Formats: sequence, structure tokens, C-alpha cells
Amino acid sequence: MSVEKQYIELYEQCRAMVNEHSAALLNEPRDKAYEDFCRLGFPTQKQERYKYTNVAEAFAPDYGLNLRHIEIPVNPYEVFRCDVPNLSTSLYFVVNDRFYDKVLPKVSLPEGVLVMSLAEAAKDHPELVAGHYGRLARSRKDGLNALNTMFCQDGLFIYVPRHTVLERPLQIINILRADVDLMVNRRVLIVVEEGAEAKVLFCDHAIDDHQFLATQVSEVYVGENAHLELYELEETHVKNHRFSNMYVDQQRSSTTTIDSITLHNGLTRNRTDVTLNGEYAETRMFGCVVADKQQHVDNNTLIDHRVPNCQSTELYKYVLDGEAVGAFAGRVLVREGAQKTTSQETNANLVATDTAHMYTQPMLEIYADDVKCSHGSTIGQLNEQALFYMRQRGIPLDEARMLLKFAFAGEVLDSICLEPLRDRLHYLVEKRFRGELSKCEGCKLCK
Amino acid sequence: MEKNNEQAIIQEIAEKKYEYGFTTDVQTDILEKGLNEDVVRLISEKKGEPTWLLDFRLKAFRYWQTLEEPTWGHLDLPKINYQDISYYADPTIQKKSNSSGEIDPELMKTFDKLGIPLEERMALSGMAVDAVMDSVSVKTTFRERLREKGIIFCSISEAVREHPDLVRQYLGTVVPYRDNFFAALNSAVFSDGSFVYIPKGVRCPMELSTYFRINARGTGQFERTLIVADDDSYVSYLEGCTAPMRDENQLHAAIVEIVVMENAEVKYSTVQNWYPGDKDGKGGVLNLVTKRGHLRGKNSRLSWTQVETGSAITWKYPSCVLSGDGSQAEFYSVALTNNHQQADTGTKMIHLGKNTKSTIISKGISAGYSQNAYRGLVKVGKHADGARNYSSCDSLLLGDKCGAHTFPYMDVQNSTAVVEHEATTSKISEDQLFYCNQRGIPLEDAVGLIVNGYAKDVLNKLPMEFAAEAQKLLGVSLEGAVG
Repeated sequence: MSVEKQYIELYEQCRAMVNEHSAALLNEPRDKAYEDFCRLGFPTQKQERYKYTNVAEAFAPDYGLNLRHIEIPVNPYEVFRCDVPNLSTSLYFVVNDRFYDKVLPKVSLPEGVLVMSLAEAAKDHPELVAGHYGRLARSRKDGLNALNTMFCQDGLFIYVPRHTVLERPLQIINILRADVDLMVNRRVLIVVEEGAEAKVLFCDHAIDDHQFLATQVSEVYVGENAHLELYELEETHVKNHRFSNMYVDQQRSSTTTIDSITLHNGLTRNRTDVTLNGEYAETRMFGCVVADKQQHVDNNTLIDHRVPNCQSTELYKYVLDGEAVGAFAGRVLVREGAQKTTSQETNANLVATDTAHMYTQPMLEIYADDVKCSHGSTIGQLNEQALFYMRQRGIPLDEARMLLKFAFAGEVLDSICLEPLRDRLHYLVEKRFRGELSKCEGCKLCK
Repeated sequence: MEKNNEQAIIQEIAEKKYEYGFTTDVQTDILEKGLNEDVVRLISEKKGEPTWLLDFRLKAFRYWQTLEEPTWGHLDLPKINYQDISYYADPTIQKKSNSSGEIDPELMKTFDKLGIPLEERMALSGMAVDAVMDSVSVKTTFRERLREKGIIFCSISEAVREHPDLVRQYLGTVVPYRDNFFAALNSAVFSDGSFVYIPKGVRCPMELSTYFRINARGTGQFERTLIVADDDSYVSYLEGCTAPMRDENQLHAAIVEIVVMENAEVKYSTVQNWYPGDKDGKGGVLNLVTKRGHLRGKNSRLSWTQVETGSAITWKYPSCVLSGDGSQAEFYSVALTNNHQQADTGTKMIHLGKNTKSTIISKGISAGYSQNAYRGLVKVGKHADGARNYSSCDSLLLGDKCGAHTFPYMDVQNSTAVVEHEATTSKISEDQLFYCNQRGIPLEDAVGLIVNGYAKDVLNKLPMEFAAEAQKLLGVSLEGAVG
């Protein structure tokens, strides 16, 4: 419990300060989370779901926390442009854990739609936040949820009321910005009500050369007949540690697409739990990971089929170079009575060096008989014959390799419905394979 | 499909008597229940073991005491009271007391009843049997004929006495006593199992087989089998097991170690039919076994074939460590669970040598209220260039109260490795059933046919005699268990 100690003590000393700079609704579950954290501590690698990532080690260094919520003097609109520009999105910024509301996009959102700071929302619209906050991401069983609930002071709130269609995608840029090594505990709450539609793109960036540790807990509610597309693009740097826990609750006939793309990172751990609570719901999950050096990417997913007639598809692809470590553990759970479930899970991986390490664990757990479930997983290399064919036609080896890798990752990228984003990602991935570390062009903070 | 008819058939199956559930009334020397150092010493003493083996046992026992029972399996394992088990039961006491050395006729009868005749003239030619009841080997047939070729086939206690150097050289080198909780327990208290040594260049002329039988009440069976195939040799080994019907859980924690040297080949087949418990899940054998083969030599080959139909709980992963360059390993498994049986079984393929190959074919069938899980690891080490693995796991669900699970693990550390895994879960296709029905094949026969066809890939790998038995077993447990 030595690593936990510093966080427990910090909370005990700063409880009042944490509360002061947050909202009552967020403060409420803190003490309970504190008790849970004291009991659970950080998850260990002996726990099946945390087998491939040493959580305690990542939390061991002494990070600063901006508990006083001192505003960081930066106008992200001026200093930063994301790698995914010109998407005609509604662009918002979250700096560390704080929603940037000084300058908001000119485009007005349909009536009733809210994109705002979670702490503000908790004060201004408690009726919307109260029923949802902390309902999916429980601190009782997961030490990371508990820690996040203890310290999170703000974050993002997206609300799309019933039968409202958001034509324009929302683009949220998470920027990590600090002058010291910093720990950020961010919270995201997305509520898409009955019959509503939304597309949300998250881009994660770290723009200072400091060690960052970001925990993000997201709760996503997708109502009946609602449709949500969620894209997460991580382009941070090697000193960044990201722990993301996302919980999705889907109601009848809803569809959700979750796409998580990791192009640049230090240590990334994404946990995504989707619960299908209404019949005829559909989940599509995609992931693409390109990692080299000592990068570590661990995607851990659970799709919980609780009711009959639901569908789920999962496709994750990894390309590992250098000394990168990749892990994928996908569990599909079909509960008793969830008949007529269709589920397909695929994980394909390219391991390009002997020092890279891939772990994969596609799991099926099935308690109903009238189901069609399958999973497939491969670890291998580029096809020699295809390489030979291309060289024969005068394409140099490196170029041929690049083309094949690109085609390999392309399958995931093609699943993206937002056309400009898809094109942009094709470009970014290609650039990534060409070995050009993607510096965010146009960003004044990058030298 | 007619619900009533279906229910009636399921009922019938559920109530079907376990054919091998009888007990043998034979005078048995049973050690008092409980486990401590004195018990370990006593077992060693009864077997007249040398000091090095006693030391091995004691080391294992001391280590076992520091361990906690594992809980990570997808199983609901009942609490085992290790002090409430007798660790040694010898049904051959009469043989020792009478001077002629004759086997108790009761024992002969028992094995006859099980279809394992111990008299060589009656036995199937081409199969040598080591019959083990409780903790002691009753008889090993065809020993002389095998000895002519230099093959050693006897119980492990005999091997300790007669070939101590060989046993000492290999015992515990594949499954060390520190391997896991049950391996440590076995290493401390193990009793008879078989020892097989095939010398260089010898092809074993007949199938070797061991038949394990638990008979005494309140005991566990902790057998230990060690197979060593020296360079260029070949052996096919079979294992069968049954136990009486009891409403207590009986523990079976065995270790099987196989060493395969250069160019040698070992085929290990199991038809496991321990008592599975009654239809409410009462009683039955807890089958917690560590089986591992070490492919030490170049181009060595090992194949595990298992048909698992018995046991209340099966928790085992027959594994292969492929350290010889060019070695090949195979794992074929059919695991069938019915009523309240639980199985968490699969394999581990650990690729360490260059150009090694492994294949995993696993077929799970769950019926009733049972839970059937496949769990397998494929690991490719840093230096295992050119490693190749193909795994395929299919599950068939018969009924909506049972579960079928797949937990494959793949760890790859080499850029030239090719590892593939695929799995499907489904129920018997209505179309196939309809097709059979249409041609006048009744429902239950159709299910039997389809399931046997489904398991064919694995059954084909079994030696002839066993294949017939396995097919019968599958048929018995499955007829009409679906609709």
C-alpha cells in the first residue's frame, strides 16, 4: 500500500480544498470513494483485468495536482491546432481537467444541447447530472474509479436532449498543459437521450515536455433509438500516462460506435465496458494502435449482453515496433436468456521486432444457447509473397512494407463514418509509418 | 420440437446410471485421515523409498504449506478440507499377506468388470496395462515382452526401487514441486502411477496403458506418471479412469511428466470418465491435474489427446514446452459437461526452440446446468524464430442453462512468429437436425450423429480401441440432450 499512501494522505489533508473548487454533486461521493480506495488500493497485475499493466508503478512518482484549480493562462484557440483540422466540427477545449469557456465556437448548437464544464453543469442543471454521475462508474470495485472520484473536480458534460440530431460533430480537444509534472483527474459525462444522434471526437494532446498522468472516467448513456459515434484519438508523447475507464449504457434499439486510435503515447490503458440493456441494440468497437520505442498500449474491453437480440462487433489491430508492448483483452459476456445474440470479435497484430511484445486474450463467456459468437486472433508478420510481388514491380522494400502495414491498419480506419476524419487519419497513420513523429503542425507550443 | 419428448429424453439421460459406479469390497489398508510430515514419511516408508525421494517429498510438503489454494479458475470449487482425506489406501494388502503372491480375486473381478482383464491371455493383444487402484498398482501386464526390447513399463514405486537412477534423473524436471498448489501437494504424497522408459531407437510394439480406479471411501488419488522417450523412439500411451458413485467429492490430484528426446514421438491419450456426480451435482471426483510434456530434443513430437466426459470438476491444462528446435506439439480435446459438471481445461504451448509448431483443436460441449471453459496459452519466446501455432476452439451449447466459455491467451515476443486463434460458439444447427429428421433419423440419434461428427477431428486421433469407447461415451451422455 506504499504507493497508495501518498494519495490517501493527500486526500486527507486537502479534502476541503478539493471540495471548495468543485461542485456539490461531485463532492458527494468523494468520501465513499476514499473509503473504497483505502480498501482496494490500486489494481494489481494479479487481477485478470489489469494483468498487462502495472498501475501502481505508473502512479508511484510524485505528481503535482492542481487542486486549487488555478487557471492556466493559455488561450488554446490561439496556441494550438489539432491534427484533425477543417472538420467543420464544433470545437471545444478541455485544458487539463478544465473546460475552456472563454471563447466558444460561433456555431450555435440545436436548442437544449449542452456542451459545458461538468462542475458548472452540476450547479446549473443538477437534475441532468444527478441521475447519471457515478451510476455506471462505481468506485466499489475498481481502485482507479475510486481514485478518480476522490480527486476529480471538473470535466466535460455533453447533453443531447430527446429527438435532437447533432449534424455537426463535436470535437473535444484534451490538452495537458503544465510547468511541472502533473496529474489530472478528469471526468466525462455524456447523455444522449431517446432518439437523439451525436458524433463526438476526442483528441488527446500533451503540449508540454513534462510527465503527465491523466485518469479519465467517462460515463456514457445512450437512450432508446439513440445513435452515438465516439472517436478517441491519442497523440500525446512518451512521457504521458493515460488511464481511461469508459462505461457505456445502451438502451433498446440504440447503436454505438466506439473507435479508439492510439498513434502516440507513453503508457495507455483504455478500459471500455459496454452494457447492452435493451433489445436490438448494437455496438461496434474498433481500435487501431501504432506503437514503437517503449510505448505501452493496453486495451481492455467488456461487452455485456444482458438481453436478447443484440449485436456486437469488435475489431482491434496493433502494429508494434521497437520495444513496444501491446495488450488486448476483449471479453464478450452473453448472460443467461440473452438469446439470438450475435457477436464477433477480431484482433490482429503485427509484431515487427523481437523486442516488441504482444499479449492478446479474446474471451467469450456464454450462458445462452441460441447465439452466434465467434472470435479470431492472429499475431504475425507481413506477407512475404506480397512483399516479393511489390519488389518485383520496383517498389523498394521499405516502401512495400509501409504499404502493407498501412493496408493492415486501414481496415480499422475504414470503419470510421466521418469522412474527413477518416481521410485525415489515413494521412496521419501513413505519416506515422513513414517514421515522421507527428508533431502537431501549426502548434506554436511545439518547437 | 416437441417440448415434452425433449424433456423426457433429457430426464432419462440425467438419470442414467453411471456404469462404473460400483464399489469393490476388498480389504484395504487405509492411512488415517490427515496430512502432516509424519504422513509423508509414512507413505515413503510404506513404499520403501530411498532418502533422496523422502527429502523431495518433504521439501514439497513444506513448500505446499506456504501456498494458498488457487481460485482463479472459472469454477465453483467446493472447499477442500485437506485434513479430511486419507492420503494412502492399499487394496492389495491380501496379496502381501499370502505367500503365493496371487492377486485378490475380488480385484481381478473388478478390473474384468471395467473391461481391463489383468490376465495376459485374456487381454487385447497389443496393449499392455498397468492397473492402479487407489494408491497402489495392482498389476502390470506384458512386462516381460516389453523388457525384451529394453522398454521399462512398471509402476513408479517399482521403478524407484529398480531403476532409481533413471527416476532420479527425470522426476520433477518437467513439473517441479514448486509449480503450483496441487503439484506441490502431489509431490509430497504421490503414490503409484506408471513409469515408462523407451530406450534409444526403439518403437514400442504395443500400446501402453494405465487404468486408474478410485475405490476406497474418504481417499484421494495422487498418482504420478513419468514417461521418458529417448532419442528416435516412439510410444503411444493411454490412460483411462473411473470411480465409484459417492456423494462426497473425491480429490484426484495427479502429475504426468513426459520427456521427449531427439526425433522421438509420444502420443498420450486420455479417456477420462471419473464419476461426475449425480444429476443435482452431488458428489463426483475433483480432477485437478498437472500434465506437462517437455520436448527437449530436436524434431521431437508430442501429442495430447483427451476426451473428458467425467469428473464433477475438471481443472487441467496438459501442456507442452517446445524447447527442441523443430519440435512439434499437438493438443486435441473433447470436453463434455452435463448436469452440474464444471470444466476449465485447455493447454499451454510454450515455444522456446526455433521452428517449432503447435496445433490446438478443442471442442467443448455443454449440456444441462454445466459450465465448460477452454483456457489456453500460446507463448512464443524471444528466441523462438519461426514458431507457428494454430488454435481452434469450438463450443456447442445444448440447452439454455449451461455455459460455454473461451479464454485464450497469446503472448508473443518474436517477430517471426505466426499465431492464429479462432473460436466459435453456437448450438446445433436446426438445418442439420431437420435434414436428419427428414431422412427418418429420430431426434436423439441425429444429435448423437452431429455431436460425434463435431468431435470427429479429435476422436480420429485416438487409438482404435479408445476411439470406440470414447464414441460410446459421447453417445451415452448426449443422446437427445438437445431440441
